[in-house]
Amino acid sequence: MGPASFPVLRYSGFMTPFVARLDCPGSTSEKAGTSAACEGCPNQSVCASGAPKAPDPAIEGIRLKMASVKHKILVLSGKGGVGKSTFSANLAHALASDGTKEVAVLDVDICGPSIPKIMGLEGEQVHQSGSGWSPVYVEDNLAVMSVGFLLGSPDDAVIWRGPKKNGMIKQFLRDVDWGELDYLIVDTPPGTSDEHLSVVQYLSGAGIDGAVIITTPQEVSLQDVRKEIRFCQKVKLPIIGVVENMSGFVCPKCKNTSQIFPPTTGGAQRMCEDLSLPLLGQVPLDPRIGRNCDQGKSFLNEVPESPASMTYRTIIQTQKYCIIITPEVLLLCIQTTLSGLHLRH
Amino acid sequence: MEVASDPGNLRNVRHVVLVMSGKGGVGKSTITTELALALQHAGKKVGVLDVDLCGPSIPRMLGMANQHVHQCDAGWVPVYAGSQQTLALMSVGFLLEDPDEAIVWRGPRKTALIGQFVSDVVWGELDVLLVDTPPGTSDEHLAVLEKLGKHRVDGAVLVTTPQAVSTGDVRREITFCKKTGVKILGIVENMSGFVCPHCSECTSIFSKGGGEELAKLTGSVFLGSVPLDPLLSASMEEGRDFLQAFPESATYTALQAVAETLLHALDH
Ligand SMILES: Nc1ncnc2c1ncn2[C@@H]1O[C@H](COP(=O)(O)OP(=O)(O)OP(=O)(O)O)[C@@H](O)[C@H]1O
Ligand SMILES: Nc1ncnc2c1ncn2[C@@H]1O[C@H](COP(=O)(O)OP(=O)(O)O)[C@@H](O)[C@H]1O
Ligand SMILES: [Mg+2]
Ligand SMILES: [Mg+2]
Ligand SMILES: [Zn+2]
Repeated sequence: MGPASFPVLRYSGFMTPFVARLDCPGSTSEKAGTSAACEGCPNQSVCASGAPKAPDPAIEGIRLKMASVKHKILVLSGKGGVGKSTFSANLAHALASDGTKEVAVLDVDICGPSIPKIMGLEGEQVHQSGSGWSPVYVEDNLAVMSVGFLLGSPDDAVIWRGPKKNGMIKQFLRDVDWGELDYLIVDTPPGTSDEHLSVVQYLSGAGIDGAVIITTPQEVSLQDVRKEIRFCQKVKLPIIGVVENMSGFVCPKCKNTSQIFPPTTGGAQRMCEDLSLPLLGQVPLDPRIGRNCDQGKSFLNEVPESPASMTYRTIIQTQKYCIIITPEVLLLCIQTTLSGLHLRH
Repeated sequence: MEVASDPGNLRNVRHVVLVMSGKGGVGKSTITTELALALQHAGKKVGVLDVDLCGPSIPRMLGMANQHVHQCDAGWVPVYAGSQQTLALMSVGFLLEDPDEAIVWRGPRKTALIGQFVSDVVWGELDVLLVDTPPGTSDEHLAVLEKLGKHRVDGAVLVTTPQAVSTGDVRREITFCKKTGVKILGIVENMSGFVCPHCSECTSIFSKGGGEELAKLTGSVFLGSVPLDPLLSASMEEGRDFLQAFPESATYTALQAVAETLLHALDH
């Protein structure tokens, strides 16, 4: 431990000039570059120059483009590897199983795009048409866009700093020929950084229905997820609810459950109670989920009777994006409606 | 900003090892923690620099949550585990007043803070400085290389889980290493196989063998497979020293082997 007589460092306090502050007024603010918090920020001169003060004109372009998209849903988590992409893909498949609905997935994980593999689209390419980039279609009513389609080989690394990633996301939202959509599901990388800020900012004109937050049960994951929730609150992004993934593993041989990622602080349930958020469901660890992801198959279609896929459907149901009409789900649908949950449209 | 050829505060740091993965949640921080402890037990002086600014896990995993960094004339004093002062840690987690606070920063600010971590932390004499990174190939990774200076980095340990979704991302990380001239010290396959504590049946929840295959494919050293072990995840939750608590386990043997191979690679 450091000598007690020395001051404790806080990054919002007196630290040496470079450290950025959370109380940044933002580059579009009147006070950009001139507030007390800007003192010593590496971006100060850029902000103070006034150049980026006007909102990016792309926001308006994106608003017009997104006018034909009914619902926009983000899938978020502070933690990596918790199953955001898996959930995004399954949600999309479930929604698209209603042939009358048009569904799309946008993968904004620029450095680690998994959606092409998980949705069985590796090696596909994006084509340019008169009205923009054409997404890749899994089915007639299920479109996908990912930076993975723009790479020459699956080994290609996207070694980009923030601004380039932001430019790509802007293009995805503005220049892709999405057409009329009922649902646009946006899969994100872990964290609270460029990609997240950009998606939220670029869609600020168009409006986002809300975010589904994915976590695993252990505190190591929840501590990052709480930060993501804080991020949502800061940028005023509504939270549809939380999904706990990888909750327990049922041994295929002896049927006993093991908590591989133990909910030592009460898991997602406790966090949701503390923060007054809806817990949408708990998906168990199931080796078949991983296998189907690797093979690019839809878990919901492949193993429709497993407990894990039941939970997926329950989750999709509570969001009122109910598509699969099985007796259980229908029952749940009626129950949730009766219990007067606020259901988004 | 030019990097000094020998940053003052790193003068007495012998080796620098990055722990990376293209993929999230594969166990980078866990492997970093266990490597740090294994090296410490082997009598080495170890430092851990956590550059995962949006999701710092190491303070909890080393049982050092809620501690603070202090400032002295020479710079920032890292937090030490225990009284021996042989394991030092610097993490953004120590700078937050509220642990749930989100660091909503774009790249340039992250780069600036990492620059400070490199130039201002008084590491003292270290045998090995382990750098835990977030997933991806972006600002934090470039910042570490830029601020440390490529020549100061011995190389990277890459962590993956066995399934293709993960090894796919790690292949991109390998390309990153090649492009930036970072030597790959080896690949660890984590979470490979779960042995049921009730009936001893082994289930490959996240498939099996992907890390070893990847090592072969890319001509990298394979550092070993670490099983999916609930005792390890529980230890991480509580910040307990797993190596000390469970020296009989297969996971211990695997982790210990990774650490020994790494030490050997660094000394040769
Ligand atoms: N319930 C589950 N049971 C078993 N495997 C699962 C489950 N959920 C996800 N997986 C597997 O875990 C791995 C990580 O999932 P995924 O890639 O969706 O995570 P992510 O949050 O998108 O990660 P990243 O942060 O790197 O983008 C995948 O291999 C996936 O198939
Ligand atoms: N071999 C393992 N067995 C069981 N749990 C593990 C293992 N490796 C990692 N974990 C757990 O998995 C979660 C993710 O690991 P973490 O080190 O935080 O990943 P990363 O740093 O890559 O995001 C943590 O809760 C950790 O305790
Ligand atoms: Mg993903
Ligand atoms: Mg980590
Ligand atoms: Zn069993």
